[in-house]
Amino acid sequence: MKELMLGNKAVARGLYEAGCRFISSYPGTPSTEITEEAAAYDEIYCEWAPNEKVALEAAHGASLGGARAACAMKHVGLNVAADPLFSISYQGLNAGLVICVADDPGMHSSQNEQDSRHYAAAAKVPMLEPSDSAEAVAFTKAAFELSERYSTPVFVKMCTRVAHSQSVVEPGERAEVPLVPYVKDPTKVMMTANSRAAHVRVENRTREMTVWAETCPYNRVEMGGRAIGVICDSTCYQYAREVFGDGASYLKIGLVYPLPEKLFLDFAAAVDRVIVLEELDPILEDHCRKLGIAVEGKSLFPLCGEFSQDLVRACLGLPVPSSASIDDPIPPRPPVMCAGCPHRGVFYTLKKHDCMVYGDIGCYTLGALAPLNSMDLNVCMGASCSGLHGFNKAIGSEAERRSVGVIGDSTFIHSGITGIIDIAYNMTNSTVIILDNSITGMTGHQQNPTTGKNLRGDPAGKVDLEALCRAVGFRRVRVADPYDLAAMDEAVTEELAAEEPSVIISRRPCVMIRGTVHKPPLTVDEDRCTGCRSCMKIGCPAISVADRKARIDATQCIGCGVCTQMCRFGALAEERS
Amino acid sequence: MACTNIMIVGVGGQGTLLASKMLGRVLLDQGWDVKVSEVHGMSQRGGSVVTYVRFGDRVFSPVIDRGEADVILSFEQLEAARWLEYLKPGGKIVTNLQKIEPMPVITGSAAYPDALVDKMRAAGADVEAGDYLALAVKAGSAKAVNMVLMGRLSALFPEIPEEDWLSALEAVVPARFLEMNRAAFAAGRNA
Ligand SMILES: Cc1ncc(C[n+]2csc(CCOP(=O)(O)OP(=O)(O)O)c2C)c(N)n1
Repeated sequence: MKELMLGNKAVARGLYEAGCRFISSYPGTPSTEITEEAAAYDEIYCEWAPNEKVALEAAHGASLGGARAACAMKHVGLNVAADPLFSISYQGLNAGLVICVADDPGMHSSQNEQDSRHYAAAAKVPMLEPSDSAEAVAFTKAAFELSERYSTPVFVKMCTRVAHSQSVVEPGERAEVPLVPYVKDPTKVMMTANSRAAHVRVENRTREMTVWAETCPYNRVEMGGRAIGVICDSTCYQYAREVFGDGASYLKIGLVYPLPEKLFLDFAAAVDRVIVLEELDPILEDHCRKLGIAVEGKSLFPLCGEFSQDLVRACLGLPVPSSASIDDPIPPRPPVMCAGCPHRGVFYTLKKHDCMVYGDIGCYTLGALAPLNSMDLNVCMGASCSGLHGFNKAIGSEAERRSVGVIGDSTFIHSGITGIIDIAYNMTNSTVIILDNSITGMTGHQQNPTTGKNLRGDPAGKVDLEALCRAVGFRRVRVADPYDLAAMDEAVTEELAAEEPSVIISRRPCVMIRGTVHKPPLTVDEDRCTGCRSCMKIGCPAISVADRKARIDATQCIGCGVCTQMCRFGALAEERS
Repeated sequence: MACTNIMIVGVGGQGTLLASKMLGRVLLDQGWDVKVSEVHGMSQRGGSVVTYVRFGDRVFSPVIDRGEADVILSFEQLEAARWLEYLKPGGKIVTNLQKIEPMPVITGSAAYPDALVDKMRAAGADVEAGDYLALAVKAGSAKAVNMVLMGRLSALFPEIPEEDWLSALEAVVPARFLEMNRAAFAAGRNA
């Protein structure tokens, strides 16, 4: 029966129908739902790995063990998994291995908009790219077949618009694929002689696949008007159809690596003007140029950001629909830390100390926004620890006394541990604050190795953060409650002053997770409130000031009590009975 | 049939995702091709959120652009104004009168514009505005405001049978909140 299905759920459906048995992933928008949706099928074992490198290695291990396996990650996660990726491409596999990677053109939830298609070419790993949910199911199933036929991992590449759009899917049956027996093979050890032979295999495989790509069903020609021929992939196909309808011809590329040659040349020869429509980098365009096809691509369309039908029209000088507007400036509505978010007390404290804050990636990155404004930098997962170490080495004790690294629990497990080992081993008196809210918040509340629960919420192993920090060489490890501003202030003051490295674990569960106790909303004593706006300094979305009195939005306030500590007049308090 | 375009806009956390899930189901049940597109992630933390819903014989693009929306269903006044330029000439805005101040307004670095409904009308938009939050509270919970708005939306599409809306509602709402959400939907539909 037809169903409206999210692109990511459709990938999960494809994994299920293909008989996939094992998935190891690390969350990351817009890829997270692939693994969450796959976990709904009892036939597939699903886990959250500590990071993407581990996830890919685990999935490859499962493939070597004979099970069809997969992992999912966002584009930047593939940087982390790049090391195993390149060598797995050489080594090959046993049962099929599919790597789902989701790009984020427009950076709806990302720190960059790198184009994952480069990885396919760099690692010589084939890549299929669906343009809607039905293709997401079909391409994911095809990826397993290709993977086994050519003994290579295969990418299924998503982007935000395909991953987070629902379109019509007709679900099919699951194929039960038996385990492929593991047989010891001495050529599988990636040492010089074996690797040399493996590289030749990879080049041969790529040549074979390039021939196959000429006629494979994932690249499609749709002939219409011949004045314009559009070469496109992913959602760009949808935007092009929207703009030109049957008035143009299309070469829709579903296998973006390796690319065929004759198919491109023949298509170009059949139309008057060739336009390449692709988001981010000119990969299809460069391929055309290499073949000597005269095309227009990035000379018309931007390298940055997400496309849409309007953008295509505007770039081609076609009329765009008229629209209404009002004169008033519309204030932006950036995302904010939730009311009661435990991160707030930490950033308020750091602002008071006027520290250099080397931040990291998670909900707590919102601490960079007004009114807290207390994050100087962030780069990529884990850089808060290692980057802080380098910063402090460069400047010395002056910096050590006035800088901190701030990292979430999931991010710390992902890439912070090696960074704090750098601090302990190479000795800077750096101070790292681990924001332990017992969940991977930003990506929608996934369990992680610090929470004591696995992906399904069942009891699992649990990292003891204090013991871990001590074991790598930190003698100063302390826990503080971010709802207690005085205690947090004391911890930060003492650890910044300490002449050795230290870790402060700010511990309070995220207010959005089930089981976190919410207290009744606070109330404002209007006789006491002077309208001084001190409570506004913490940037809580539940507090506003109207008619010179603080107001608390009872639908949002969870009674965390941080604002009561800001009020010198005792005007904010729990419900007085 | 050319595509019909509906945008659902609001503030992250207001329940727009559930509303779009329900709407997608209803439209699919009518036999149309449907695409629903929304962005999960960062913006769901109290940011401005938008869902594009498109239906017709064949839908290509999952997004709606400036000047293309037949209906904008807004959970909050400022968000209606933010997306006004997406309205097609002759299209309709249905907005909740609720105001949720964004952080720049709370911190005083920006002002929440006044008389937004009048200004949108002056700009030529057909605007229907109501205190749908109050209707939700009356039905049992402020959280049901999404179903009040779905009720309002349903009234704009008389060709779609009411029972199709109700069965989609049942499919997306947890059983224990069913009665309240049905009441909220009815309140919106009859408002
Ligand atoms: C390499 C990489 N993988 C995944 C992500 C996606 N991502 C962004 S924040 C985040 C989780 C943050 O969780 P945590 O550190 O616990 O902080 P919280 O959001 O709970 O405050 C993830 C997985 C990323 N940005 N980079």
